[in-house]
Amino acid sequence: MREFRYERPADAASSVALLAAAPAGAFLGGGTNLVDLMKLGVATPDVLVDVRELTSREVTDSPDGGLRIGAGVPNADLAAEPRVRERFPVLSQALLAGASGQLRNRATTGGNLLQRTRCGYFTDVTRPCNKRTPGSGCGALEGVHRNHAILGQTLEGPGTCVATHPSDMAVAMVALDAVVRVLGPDGERTIPITDLHRLPGDDPSRDTTLRHGELITAIDLPALAMPSRYRKVRDRASFAFALVSVAAALKVEDGVVRDVRLALGGVAHKPWRATAAEQALRGQPATEESFAAAADAELAAATPLRDNAWKVPMARNVVVRTLLDLGEATR
Amino acid sequence: MDTSITLRVDGAAHPLTVDTRTTLLDALRERLRNPSPKKGCDHGQCGACTVLLDGRRVNSCLVLAVTVGDAEVTTSDGLAADGPHPLHRSFVEHDAFQCGYCTPGQVCSAAGMIAEARAGWPSAVTDGEVDLSDAEIRERMSGNLCRCAAYANIVPAVAAVAEAEGVRR
Repeated sequence: MREFRYERPADAASSVALLAAAPAGAFLGGGTNLVDLMKLGVATPDVLVDVRELTSREVTDSPDGGLRIGAGVPNADLAAEPRVRERFPVLSQALLAGASGQLRNRATTGGNLLQRTRCGYFTDVTRPCNKRTPGSGCGALEGVHRNHAILGQTLEGPGTCVATHPSDMAVAMVALDAVVRVLGPDGERTIPITDLHRLPGDDPSRDTTLRHGELITAIDLPALAMPSRYRKVRDRASFAFALVSVAAALKVEDGVVRDVRLALGGVAHKPWRATAAEQALRGQPATEESFAAAADAELAAATPLRDNAWKVPMARNVVVRTLLDLGEATR
Repeated sequence: MDTSITLRVDGAAHPLTVDTRTTLLDALRERLRNPSPKKGCDHGQCGACTVLLDGRRVNSCLVLAVTVGDAEVTTSDGLAADGPHPLHRSFVEHDAFQCGYCTPGQVCSAAGMIAEARAGWPSAVTDGEVDLSDAEIRERMSGNLCRCAAYANIVPAVAAVAEAEGVRR
């Protein structure tokens, strides 16, 4: 591990100023991803600015019926929060589907969003990876890529990257139209969560649109007047990344889809909001046929790799099953 | 880079100077000579290093010692300060190990997990009220691997204590 200076400033503003002055520094939240990447030699910050106790650990009500989640709220606490379980079950379910009890106790809300998009080539410094070492190539493209992306990858050139974002929580928040509150050297700004994470494009080294020194302080969830749920498919029953996951909310009236939110995990470099499927579904009968047609509309853009084409029908089926479950709940 | 810290472990305060790169696990084992937490994977995947930090179970291999501050660290060794903990006894009674390497982590994890259940925290398999069924124990303990695969006895060992604590029907 590279040597680093450890700083624990008194408040969020000081932490932003400290990091802005340290171009190779990093914020430290729960450390469940960053410390691991430092041990592997993948992350090499020369300054760590500990923000775990600098942002709010509270969940507060918003006037519109939504919630504001402090960036420092541990994942375990957020999953157990009664208002989250009641109003946003998809978020509690997504959190509980991720990681282990130990990791959820330590990981923070802000840190969960900022865990790296990654794969086994990224975390192995002896292998080529454009995300870790720009221009070195993508080992996964022709290598082991059974659980890699099927949507939005960069498949040629120096930006080639087929890794997936592993967060479950973020998939739920993308479906919920969350808004990320950020404090930076130039003050505060808000980012719709769908604009926080990036596709690899020509620069897979950047996972998000945050600028250096910007600190996530809170996440706002707007009120949701629909039942919601999360379904995750994985290789083993617990403590494994998604093969495919679906976060969905559905409003059905008189057998017709009035509103729908749909996001997919395990399929792309970022949590994937399924806007094509949502558009295809609004106003349609709430039937298995229209759910399948909507999933097909989204997955028409899929560009699976040699060994992960099975993810396309799996994603379709998980979308259909999740919407059917929600349809029954709303009837 | 060296930093002076004081670690509060199993009821005693230990002032020491550590390189900022030192994990809580390495500080406990190599500096404080407390070999109770074990180093398995060293990447937060196996749970052998599990300790309680202010009562909450965490992977000590992913916690930098400099970040611990005033938090109270409890190892499996500390749980036995007044004689064997009910979980220790139950693991022995149920023969819930072969080599024993994962056991201190299993015990700390089970202690934290039972407290979580008592607080009403749900898990991915919870349906309604929290009741530590075998399925619940398997899900909630999935962050602790046992290479000897003693799970068939670990689950009843944890279940017996959960029942005694009133979180299993």
